Amino acid sequence: MSHDQGREKLIRMANQIAIFFMSQPKTDRAKGVATHINRFWEPRMRKHLFECLDEGADGLMPLVVEASTLINRPSSPTKLDKSGGVAKPL
Amino acid sequence: MSLIHEIDYGTPASRSARQVTLTIDGRAITVPEGTSIMRASMEAGIQIPKLCATDMVDAFGSCRLCLVEVEGRNGTPSSCTTPVAPNMVVHTQTNRLKDIRRGVMELYISDHPLDCLTCAANGDCELQDMAGAVGLRDVRYGYEGDNHVRARNDGAINAKWMPKDESNPYFTYDPSKCIVCSRCVRACEEVQGTFALTIEGRGFASRVSPGAHEHFLDSECVSCGACVQACPTATLTEKSVIAIGQPEHSAVTTCAYCGVGCSFKAEMRGEELVRMVPWKEGQANRGHSCVKGRFAYGYASHKDRILNPMIREKISDPWREVTWEEAFSHIATEFRRIQYQYGRDAIGGITSSRCTNEETFLVQKLVRAGFGNNNVDTCARVCHSPTGYGLGQAFGTSAGTQNFDSIEQSDVVIVIGANPTDGHPVFGSRLKKRLRQGAKLIVIDPRRIDLVRTPHVEAAYHLPLKPGTNVAVMTALAHVIVTEGLAAEAFIRERCDWSEFEDWAAFVSEENHSPEATESFTGVPADLIRGAARLFATGGNGAIYYGLGVTEHSQGSTTVMAIANLAMATGNIGRPGVGVNPLRGQNNVQGSCDMGSFPHELPGYRHISDDATRDTFEKLWGVTLNNEPGLRIPNMLDAAVEGTFKGIYIQGEDILQSDPDTRHVSAGLEAMECVVVHDLFLNETANYAHVFLPGSTFLEKDRTFTNAERRINRVRRVMTPKNGLADWQVTQKLAQAMGLNWNYAHPSEIMDEIAATTPSFALVSYDYLDKMGSVQWPCNEAHPKGSPIMHVDGFVRGKGKFIRTEYVATDERTGPRFPLLLTTGRILSQYNVGAQTRRTKNVIWHAEDRLEIHPHDAEQRGIKDSDWIKLASRSGDTTLRAQITDRVSPGVVYTTFHHPDTQANVITTDFSDWATNCPEYKVTAVQVSPSNGPTQWQEDYNDLSNRSRRIAGKIQAAE
Ligand code: SF4
Ligand code: SF4
Ligand code: SF4
Ligand code: FES
Repeated sequence: MSHDQGREKLIRMANQIAIFFMSQPKTDRAKGVATHINRFWEPRMRKHLFECLDEGADGLMPLVVEASTLINRPSSPTKLDKSGGVAKPL
Repeated sequence: MSLIHEIDYGTPASRSARQVTLTIDGRAITVPEGTSIMRASMEAGIQIPKLCATDMVDAFGSCRLCLVEVEGRNGTPSSCTTPVAPNMVVHTQTNRLKDIRRGVMELYISDHPLDCLTCAANGDCELQDMAGAVGLRDVRYGYEGDNHVRARNDGAINAKWMPKDESNPYFTYDPSKCIVCSRCVRACEEVQGTFALTIEGRGFASRVSPGAHEHFLDSECVSCGACVQACPTATLTEKSVIAIGQPEHSAVTTCAYCGVGCSFKAEMRGEELVRMVPWKEGQANRGHSCVKGRFAYGYASHKDRILNPMIREKISDPWREVTWEEAFSHIATEFRRIQYQYGRDAIGGITSSRCTNEETFLVQKLVRAGFGNNNVDTCARVCHSPTGYGLGQAFGTSAGTQNFDSIEQSDVVIVIGANPTDGHPVFGSRLKKRLRQGAKLIVIDPRRIDLVRTPHVEAAYHLPLKPGTNVAVMTALAHVIVTEGLAAEAFIRERCDWSEFEDWAAFVSEENHSPEATESFTGVPADLIRGAARLFATGGNGAIYYGLGVTEHSQGSTTVMAIANLAMATGNIGRPGVGVNPLRGQNNVQGSCDMGSFPHELPGYRHISDDATRDTFEKLWGVTLNNEPGLRIPNMLDAAVEGTFKGIYIQGEDILQSDPDTRHVSAGLEAMECVVVHDLFLNETANYAHVFLPGSTFLEKDRTFTNAERRINRVRRVMTPKNGLADWQVTQKLAQAMGLNWNYAHPSEIMDEIAATTPSFALVSYDYLDKMGSVQWPCNEAHPKGSPIMHVDGFVRGKGKFIRTEYVATDERTGPRFPLLLTTGRILSQYNVGAQTRRTKNVIWHAEDRLEIHPHDAEQRGIKDSDWIKLASRSGDTTLRAQITDRVSPGVVYTTFHHPDTQANVITTDFSDWATNCPEYKVTAVQVSPSNGPTQWQEDYNDLSNRSRRIAGKIQAAE
């Protein structure tokens, strides 16, 4: 899978979520999408989503764009934890 | 340890609440009304001689051995068919009775071989026991006359004699030893519900016959073993008993195959397993079993089992056997290197639904506390994750609401996207029993599954919908219920959020959700939907059972919500006989989900972002936990292809074979630098592995499984792990190699940690389970005996939530290139990817996967039965053989995925459920065309498999 395919898939996944919430009562829609993505999308995926959004949101449904203000932007860059990975003792 | 002997009370227990007191041999005893004299006596400790009665089936009263005398009554009634009456006075042993019984036994023995010493049932034969019990001392008649015992009478052929039938791989039928008690026939009818056996002929000439004088293997028999268990003689005997001898000790354990979670006695001789016998007290199976749990355990000692750890630098190298220490330090070094080089989040783990709660808990703990991220997922991702999400939203917890006993009180049952007689056979049998008693059945499935019509069972409605239209059909059912005023308003007002209900009711009432409006794309005639909806809403206790045909869709989660809506709208939640029941695929799917196998959830379904929950674990584990959700399996593979995910520890899963879009999975695995597979066999995923850790079987483990009804069952070790270490020890040593300070001495300590951290398990411990037999969670202060039924006084989330369920067609559509819809399923004798069952004699029933295709579609393509065909989708193509059948509708094709050669998942796509990424296995647009043999992909793959199974210094074993 190339970079583009990966992005295409991510856009499709975000839109699928939006399609479900489109049919929900109006007040729940954007919040529903954002909550869902915050709860289930790993930061890497959210980071890619923001890349799409920042580059003009091509292919993303308007509801995803609307929800994006409520989606947590991952503290970047997530992968640069060079601690060796061991979670620190308290 | 000794052999567990279960008491046979002779006839089934009576359910009556009214008690009756009588006197038997001078002892007063009180039993429920309707109890037989035989059972009452046994409860008083008096064993009346018997042959044709056993408590797994209703009494028949044919052998006349169980006679008793009742004061004030004439004659000698048989105690198995005579119910107790108040103040009855019964005598079980009088001179008259003794004489009659001896006479009866004499007749039996005169037509029975006297080879007790060499008989396989020696020591476990009720005929032998009864001869002893009635004091039989001589037999006045010889075999000179009519008999079934000898092949020849005075040189002439004896037409009554029949040879042994050894066609079934697991048991034999020796007609010469049959006493025609019909216990086997009744077991097949009443317990299994297959009706494969009959008594052929009359009087002295009568004999048991599978089907119409067929061999067992050619008959309808599904090899459940119920008849073998019922047989009082050596007539039906396990081949393993014939080969080994009678067992001398046993332990109660749990089947490691499907989510029914049947309890068995593993009967042993030393460390050799003699047989598995279903345990009567098992609360999921009540003494029944299917062919897998009962007989298909041979994989545990199969020659393909790998017993030593192995390493290789590159996946093109042969494997090299190493010590455990070398393997652990290699993995630890590699994982830490990868984390240093690519980041902490570059590795993860997969827990297994085939492994136990304790093992699963440890793997997720290793990932969260040791890897320092939440990249842990489980194969439930590809089956029941939408159940978790959907029911969680509606009810507040993802669990099924009932126990299996609940079916005994159901009046209308909906089975949607499940095939219980194949997938969950023991539940299937229990369901059929209830249907024979008069409950009504509604089947919603693209395929005419067996339940639609099988002996003495016929569905009231079969809604043969087009794959992918579940939501539309469920919403149309709701439309009928709401618009025709059939909703259970009182229940909804009391138990659910009324304004959410009103919103939902208005939504489903819209004209476009009516059966008439949806008929054109669901393919289900509107009047069928209307009839089914009325029946479900008005027919009494309504229960919904569903399987992967619901979840494995792009709208899987939405369908689960629609099911929850329907149950709430009809008031069918919170008591026996009703409810929403996900039929889980693998044995411990429930448990692996409970144990925090999902990347966003800690054990007990608590979100990783919840500070209080993290705090509990952080204090105990002495680490800081990451509060962000981790990667799910498909996301891990995407990240691997992208280059940010490089190492994985996979316990007991074969994602290459079981996950969709094989090419994508293999690309992901190939992109990783350290793939660790922990399994019994070199499975398909191991083709891409760098380290292989041998696993142990359920027979070698002390631990727990949690079945589909939330029942925590003990698994008990009956033999030493052949690979040297139990799986929990493997994970522990790996954790230690990675610097974690773990010191579990026994798996019970792991359960104690689970109980201490997870409120719904608070009271669970091995001691408590031993005392209770099993419990269903939640099991805590509020529910000390566990919770057979959930949401009794209110929903876990408070008020039940109605959610709008709009049908959205999947993106996977048929078109000119791929005009057919492929859907997938499984069959009785095989299990999941078949790694275990393919290594047993079960292959006799299913040697290969076949593609079911409707005669019309086959003819159009010039395909005949058994022809090789090519099956192609936009993902890839494969070949297999066709089976022409009208079980599938025109336009729909169906196959199983039990064999790796078939590579059915080369065909499936990467589309998935919107909420959980559960793959859309159940709908793929395909084309079918004639073919002459394997595709290039299959050949290449075979080649790769062969190469990657080489072990240095070993001659390669032929598969
Ligand atoms: S094994 Fe099961 S299905 Fe087969 S004949 Fe016996 S009871 Fe019937
Ligand atoms: S096969 Fe066994 S159970 Fe069946 S009738 Fe004969 S003796 Fe009885
Ligand atoms: S496979 Fe399922 S139904 Fe069969 S014995 Fe095992 S748990 Fe029971
Ligand atoms: S046991 Fe009662 S008649 Fe056979």
